[in-house]
Amino acid sequence: MRRLVRVLDERTGAAPIARKALRYVFPDHWSFLLGEVALYSFVVLVLTGVYLTFFFEPSTQRVVYEGSVETLRGTEMSQAYRSVVDISFDVKAGLLIRQTHHWAADVFVASIVLHLMRVFFTGAFRKPRELTYLIGLGMLSLVLLEGYLGYSMVDDLLSGMGLAIGYGVVLSVPLIGPALALELWGGPFPGDPTFMSRMYVTHVLLLPVAIGVLLALHLLLVTSRHHTQFRRPGAGERRVVGLPAVPSQAPRSLGLMFAVAGVLLLLGGLVQINPIWLWGPYDVASSTNGAQPDWYLGWLIGALRLVPGFDVTIGGATIVPNPFWGGVAFPALVFGVLAVWPWLERWATGDRSAHNVLDRPRDAPVRTAFGCGLLTFVLVPFLAGSADRVDVFLGLDYRWQLGVYRVAVVVAPVLVALVAHRLLVGLQRAEAIEAARRRALAEGRASRSGVGPRAGTG
Amino acid sequence: MRVRLRNAVVGAALVAVAATAGPREAGAGARPDGEQLYGRYCVSCHGAAGEGVPAGTSATGNPGKAGNPGEVAGPSLRGVGARAADLYLRTGYMPLLHVGDQPRRRSAGERLLDDAEIAALVRYVASLAPGPPVPAPRPERGDVAAGMRLFTQHCAGCHQVVAEGGYVSGALAPPLAGVGAVQIAEAVRVGPYVMPSFSERVLPDSDLDSIIAYVQAAQSPDDAGGWGIGHLGPVPEGMVTWLLAAAALVATCVVVAGKRSRS
Amino acid sequence: MRKLLAWLLAGVVLLFRRRRRDAPRPLDASSAEEAAPRRIVAPGEPVPAAELAVAALFVATALCAVGFVVVYAVDGIGHRTQLLGLTLGVAFLLLAAAFVVAGRYLVADEDAFEPYPEPTPAAQEELSRIVEESGDRITRRRLLVLTGAGAGGALGLALLAPAASLGPLLEWHELSATPWRAGRRLVDEQGRPLLARLIEESVFYTAYPEGAPREDIGAPVVIVRLPSAQLQLPPERRGWAPGGILAYSKVCTHAGCAISLYRAPLYAPTSPRPALVCPCHYSTFDPAAAGAVLFGPAGRPLPQLPLRVGRRGELRAAGPLSAAPGPSWWGARGEAGTR
Repeated sequence: MRRLVRVLDERTGAAPIARKALRYVFPDHWSFLLGEVALYSFVVLVLTGVYLTFFFEPSTQRVVYEGSVETLRGTEMSQAYRSVVDISFDVKAGLLIRQTHHWAADVFVASIVLHLMRVFFTGAFRKPRELTYLIGLGMLSLVLLEGYLGYSMVDDLLSGMGLAIGYGVVLSVPLIGPALALELWGGPFPGDPTFMSRMYVTHVLLLPVAIGVLLALHLLLVTSRHHTQFRRPGAGERRVVGLPAVPSQAPRSLGLMFAVAGVLLLLGGLVQINPIWLWGPYDVASSTNGAQPDWYLGWLIGALRLVPGFDVTIGGATIVPNPFWGGVAFPALVFGVLAVWPWLERWATGDRSAHNVLDRPRDAPVRTAFGCGLLTFVLVPFLAGSADRVDVFLGLDYRWQLGVYRVAVVVAPVLVALVAHRLLVGLQRAEAIEAARRRALAEGRASRSGVGPRAGTG
Repeated sequence: MRVRLRNAVVGAALVAVAATAGPREAGAGARPDGEQLYGRYCVSCHGAAGEGVPAGTSATGNPGKAGNPGEVAGPSLRGVGARAADLYLRTGYMPLLHVGDQPRRRSAGERLLDDAEIAALVRYVASLAPGPPVPAPRPERGDVAAGMRLFTQHCAGCHQVVAEGGYVSGALAPPLAGVGAVQIAEAVRVGPYVMPSFSERVLPDSDLDSIIAYVQAAQSPDDAGGWGIGHLGPVPEGMVTWLLAAAALVATCVVVAGKRSRS
Repeated sequence: MRKLLAWLLAGVVLLFRRRRRDAPRPLDASSAEEAAPRRIVAPGEPVPAAELAVAALFVATALCAVGFVVVYAVDGIGHRTQLLGLTLGVAFLLLAAAFVVAGRYLVADEDAFEPYPEPTPAAQEELSRIVEESGDRITRRRLLVLTGAGAGGALGLALLAPAASLGPLLEWHELSATPWRAGRRLVDEQGRPLLARLIEESVFYTAYPEGAPREDIGAPVVIVRLPSAQLQLPPERRGWAPGGILAYSKVCTHAGCAISLYRAPLYAPTSPRPALVCPCHYSTFDPAAAGAVLFGPAGRPLPQLPLRVGRRGELRAAGPLSAAPGPSWWGARGEAGTR
């Protein structure tokens, strides 16, 4: 083994870097692994995605299906749709890979959101990691687009409807909307046949490369500035304590990677996702009730439903069409707030110093409360997005639900933030009282003299 | 006569608890009389001779409950034939408890009337004036692929492409699970409540057979991918993502991380 | 036979034997080198049970992987996708378990330390000085910067220019152009002309312009028939609905989904009025009142197609759509053009 190391180092000069890298210290907390879950989902996506590209036909040319799915025989559809049906039924592991790929996409976004929540609620975005944070937000927005394009390429009834809505949202951007829509689609919807290959190239090459580059930068910055950690004895602003990469962290991380792959494969084989042969192919004059985008765009369909029906017009000109508010302004607001938050917090608290030690959520009640409020602000549209199914299942009138959600989307975030703040401050106080009590006991002042009211069981 | 009277008393008592829609007790005795049943359940809204009761006010035009409390209104049943009567009675839509109620299907156990009573009532309503008979569809002659195309074109907008039901601005299109071929045919031709009605000219019997064949196939769709999670698409998929996958992976993170993290 | 057993035994011994752990290397007093290096990785006691567990997990993984290949290869297996997912998924989970056990019990459990990176003002200073000193010879800095920026900007725009060919960037009238014009015949899905006398009430039809491509949001229209007494069309549209037959664009003016719901009340007094509804966000349009929005987020009414009945009783368009079809944009409220 020593010979191998010598042979390689003489040819690459990598030994010093490898020596440092192998003993890189990983602070030890389960929530720090959420980013890794996202990373491994991405790996699964790329591997399964490559396999799918070998079978997918990105063509809108019409064909008549005569394959193994009985309900589709004689139905006209695009080559793209037909190729995905073939992958699902005529390629042996095709459906498994397809479903694993789609589950991986859903889980990828979920894990990014969980990771973002951890970063936000522990203040990991503070100096010197603002750049890392912004890159992460950038990746999230690219990933949302990547997923949308991925399932829209299939040209099935549900995703086709989603593409039409996407077109409507792009068109609604003031000033540049029509030009942008005509450029992207190559003409009015459904656009030029090349739109399918544009989606394909973007989904298969452009966005994965962009995400990959940002990911590499993100990881580089994380290791260059070093991971943050919670405060512990011996671990503070100057020194990071944890598990070295080799031999301690590596098997754990590898284990996590295999676990992610295992969970995604189990889902891919056992739980059906996007059964496009049930939906049928898309055409401009067809639609179905109960159509929804993938979960991570549910907040947008909810927002589109919540905004009351008005176009902003001046004379006969439609200045701001309706979909703009729910489809563009709302997500821009949420991402915008998240993006400027590090500087907002700096300005509000006056804290300009670098931080390597994380806050527990309760240590920064205002930040945590705000984050809870923002989550609520995003969650209410999610609920509105499935209000029609709730009506079908539970009989709650759709219009009544809309009215409730319209009020809730403004009121609930504020309420949740206030309640969260209260709770956190209470937790802090309880801790302080408990700590004071312990100190007093340790200093020998007996509890008979009384040290104030008993702190709540924390 | 006494038996009929006893049936009438039993029936009236049951009507008194009709709101809870519990399963019916078996009424003993003679064959149900359609005219009597009509007189008990239908006459207040549909008139003594099935001519209908005109509404006090014109259509409000607003979605949802129409009519004022206490007001009754009902269309004429003359000429609707056995077809419509059979549809409304077997689905449990009728007898209606309140004018303007959101119609809801009732299972056989929840229905107010049992099969024999329904049959009698259907015969009576059909006798009011000549009308279409109960249809006799032949779905086995239909083409399930043509049925899917026709269903998507005419029905999926309200009933959802795999017949899981849907919302229609002030009304609900029911899921079609467990709906029999005859009932589908009846509903398509009659167009109850706010459903469009498709005549033989718009949808020939052969097309209807295909649609029914497709709906029957859609009851047990091809779930080649595993657990079908409701065939509704991304909403249940999102729930699985968070409640199954994300939960499992967070638990995995807790297990994988070192012991220090759990202090 | 005995030879086979011997080989088997040798294999078992090879696989299962445990390595004697090396004693720390002794100091070499005679060498000019430093003393023997301290351990880098923390030591730890062996856990033989864990080694066996990891080995067993590896074996189980291998078995599942083989199972995957078997399921893959055998023809005529039912629930193939489920079995494939199960075997491969469990294989990975077992592998994960093996690594986690290894990480817990087979490698050192140690706390390692590392200093956080300190700020490097010296390097920052030198970097700045390199940049400054490099520009020492330049006297007309502003001129060069401005002209350089001009060059870069112009070149950048030039490189972006070919993107304009991606679509009809400035031909916004394309957005409201549809195949409908006066005299165009309406045909159904199969291409057959629609006859006015065959259009029934309480049902909806989808129609396309004859001889024009169908995959165009301006193409499909939805046709319904209402009693003429119920119509509330504005005066300029009085002749647009012969016999109460109305035609509207089938594409929702909110975000572009197809309007495939028709609320057709059988008994008007207890039901909401007839309406065309979109299944995406439930924009609801009133066919009797020129497509006015009754509910939902649509911001403008549904464009209407004026109809007339031709000589043989077929339905024909009597002009273009009343407004641009589909989702709104700034010129959507003007009359639709014709392609």
